[in-house]
Amino acid sequence: MSEIPILKIGDCLLVSIQVDMHDRLAMALQDDLTQRIVADRARGVMIDISALEIVDSFIGRMLNNIAAMSRVLDAVTVVVGMRPAVAITLVELGLALTGVRTALNVDKGLAMIRSIIDNAERADAHRDR
Amino acid sequence: MLIETGETMPLRTSDDVVRVRQAVRLRAVGAGFSLVDQTKIVTAASEIARNTVDYGGGGVLRIEVLRDGRRQGVRLTFTDQGPGIPDIALALKDGYTSGGGLGLGLSGAKRLSNEFAITSAPGHGTTVTLARWK
Repeated sequence: MSEIPILKIGDCLLVSIQVDMHDRLAMALQDDLTQRIVADRARGVMIDISALEIVDSFIGRMLNNIAAMSRVLDAVTVVVGMRPAVAITLVELGLALTGVRTALNVDKGLAMIRSIIDNAERADAHRDR
Repeated sequence: MLIETGETMPLRTSDDVVRVRQAVRLRAVGAGFSLVDQTKIVTAASEIARNTVDYGGGGVLRIEVLRDGRRQGVRLTFTDQGPGIPDIALALKDGYTSGGGLGLGLSGAKRLSNEFAITSAPGHGTTVTLARWK
């Protein structure tokens, strides 16, 4: 178990990172989230990083990994709330987070997840017809 | 150039990496860095501190607040007695990693710094010095 709580809201999982993460905690969160996606049959994962003062290459890799693993498990990940100074630093660091969807805040993130899931379901229904 | 304050911290575990981030932040705030400049030097410190712990087998960090006329800066010196880096030019390449990382640690930290230097002797350890000025 990681010390970071994972909340379930409908078919989405919500994680709000409120602590300065050491590397083992980041790895534990990655493992916990992957298991919870399967156990809760989650379709969406939202990670709120508004409290994070930095994102270095290790945390960036964790976000990339979570997004990739949730994609394989048929769930969509959105990272929300990145601080402007963190975004500027990430780009200069060379980390583009290409595989990770981002939204400005929790509201926009939920709307993004909803629309992606709904689109996918519509496509499925169309195919089955 | 004057050294206004200095402190030395141990770097053994990933908890120490978190403590280093907090200590560097405090010094950068004290030197009057903007939020973006604080974030850049703290991120660079996090990358190199992790290298010291993961690849150098642990070591120490010296944090110094510098003054050069009206300019203030923060200089970080990471020292370990680990296996050293056999090919520094290769280690500084984006995407090169000897471990399981993204290979952005050294090259990224260099981009986030105004001054950056590595000395390393195979078998004797590595010293990374970086500085950022306000």
